[in-house]
Amino acid sequence: MLKIKDLQARVEEKEILKGINLEVKAGEVHAIMGPNGSGKSTLASVLAGREDYEVTGGTVDFLDQDLLELSAEERARLGIFLAFQYPIEIPGVTTTNFMKTALNQIREYRGQEKLDAVAFLKLMKEKMKLVEIDQSLLSRSLNEGFSGGEKKRNEIFQMAMLEPKLAVLDETDSGLDIDALRIVANGVNALKSSNNATIIVTHYQRLLDYIVPDFVHVLYKGKIVKSGTKELAMELEAKGYDWIKEEADLTTA
Amino acid sequence: MEGKEIIARAEEYSASLNGSTLKATLPQRENAIKTLKEKGFPKPKSEAYKYTNISKSFKEIFENSDINEPSSLSKESIEKFFIKDIKANHLVFINGNYEADLSTIISDKNVVKIESFEEYAKKNEADLKAHFGKFASAEKDALTALNTVYSNNGLLIEIADKAIIDEPIICYHITDSSTNSTVVFPRTLYKIGQSAKASFIHFYHTVGEHVSLVNEVNEVILKENSDCHFYKIQNDQTQSNAVGETKVHQTNNSRFSAYTFTLEGTVIRNNLNIDVDGQGCEANMYGLYLTKGKTHVDNNTTVDHIKPNSYSNELYKGVMDDKSRGVFNGKIYVRQEAQKTNAFQSNNNILLSDSAIINTKPQLEIWADDVKCSHGCTVGQLDEEGIFYLRSRGISEQKARAMMLYAFTANVIEKIEFEWLRNYLEAEIAKRLDVN
Repeated sequence: MLKIKDLQARVEEKEILKGINLEVKAGEVHAIMGPNGSGKSTLASVLAGREDYEVTGGTVDFLDQDLLELSAEERARLGIFLAFQYPIEIPGVTTTNFMKTALNQIREYRGQEKLDAVAFLKLMKEKMKLVEIDQSLLSRSLNEGFSGGEKKRNEIFQMAMLEPKLAVLDETDSGLDIDALRIVANGVNALKSSNNATIIVTHYQRLLDYIVPDFVHVLYKGKIVKSGTKELAMELEAKGYDWIKEEADLTTA
Repeated sequence: MEGKEIIARAEEYSASLNGSTLKATLPQRENAIKTLKEKGFPKPKSEAYKYTNISKSFKEIFENSDINEPSSLSKESIEKFFIKDIKANHLVFINGNYEADLSTIISDKNVVKIESFEEYAKKNEADLKAHFGKFASAEKDALTALNTVYSNNGLLIEIADKAIIDEPIICYHITDSSTNSTVVFPRTLYKIGQSAKASFIHFYHTVGEHVSLVNEVNEVILKENSDCHFYKIQNDQTQSNAVGETKVHQTNNSRFSAYTFTLEGTVIRNNLNIDVDGQGCEANMYGLYLTKGKTHVDNNTTVDHIKPNSYSNELYKGVMDDKSRGVFNGKIYVRQEAQKTNAFQSNNNILLSDSAIINTKPQLEIWADDVKCSHGCTVGQLDEEGIFYLRSRGISEQKARAMMLYAFTANVIEKIEFEWLRNYLEAEIAKRLDVN
């Protein structure tokens, strides 16, 4: 589904990604871990098409298309979804209206009919249950005055509505209490299927207790320095990142 | 002297009436001409008209246009402007004159009195004389003075004490510029009775290809505990100009709300001046200007807190595109006696092009020492993070920008009392921003 080869990217003059290689197949869950500043969020942003980052080398193939050639909205329509680390507050736009517009633009791109009001409402009700989000929240301005947990649940709600092929969760667990974390994780798990894939970007192992990854990769200084299974995440939780840093620094030295 | 030619023509006009005018308004007109001759039009660097040079902008149009020209527009030719399917009073003004035959009043005529000055003066000459120009001062503003000279017949709208008028009073100001450029001078006096409530909605339309200029004066007098909502929807032709003053006088416990929406025109200057001359009053000023092309919109507002314990709130928002220009000048005076005043003001702007301009200036003069006042203005571009967020969900960039702008206008639009008017403006704004 996704093939990243030697991906390099920078913001302004600073090199952040220095040759990422990663392959994600349908049905898989990948966790990308790493210390602060290792490039995790940059990777998520580059995949979603944020224009602040300049890709300086490498390729990204998504469903046999050159992802790097596509705009952010084209990527979303093709099936990429980024759950933001810091969801943006947009006063004056309700989540409901936002989702209706987004869904219909995606459907139009796919050559499907627009959803009428009744069908949209039905779909929304169904997905609301999944993340235990309240109707009143969705009628309010997008993320405005939402708590941290509400913002993250709203991200997963949007994901449920748009049914992406590849979901990239950027630090979705940060700032969540254990109940909110469980709700968010349940939502993600319910959406998992053999046709889609998930990349979880996280600093901590905590979320991986709830969403079990098939693969764990450690990002350090813009490269994946170690890959393994969920046991690697446990080891990182127990031992911290220092031993990985030392190992990696030794290899480059 | 600034505006020499304009004033000379006004003087000529005044002389040509040769006393064949309403006696009740005569002293104010004579005073207006005298003031104009003494003071002239505002100088180019004058504080009040710093960014809008009215003598330069309007010299040609005042010199060459028909002024107060009668028009023979038929009902059929203006019907398209009427808002359909709502319960409302429809008042039609053509070239500044109220046209009773073209208007439809559904409210009880015993509590909503609508009469031309001429008609009203027959029984109430002293009253008209006492109120005409009492608050809208020819001495303070040249455009108000000019209106005072030229408005040969105004309209009085009086709401009886305790009358709650649910049906809005919609005023359609039609200017006929089909044969020549045209200047008109609507003049309306509103008397809102004690504990009464009424809403006035003004639309402006020009019929014809030539340039038009509406220079109007509205004097709104609120008795105790009354409630008045005053809307202006400026969405006329590109070659239309609009200037003038809305002057409000509030007494104890009265509430006044102004809503000014500007979407189209050449040069627009709105003077909104409110005297909060009572305790327990509330004054709201809401404004939204969406400009493109070379439109120039200047909103000049003053709220004068004369007595203690009142509240005023002002929120103006603007989106400027192309080479258009917005000007906002918001004055708040709190006089020494006006303790415990709460006065708030905010002006937010978005510039969509490098050539668009906004001049924004809050102006607070506070003489009392126990007050709460705040003001703030912002000028910015659209939030790119927000746009990326919308795009990352599959929404096109153009649509995302439109949604963000639309959202920016929302907290002004939501202040409107009438759903149909919200819908009308939302549709106009959506059309402008290409939301759909």
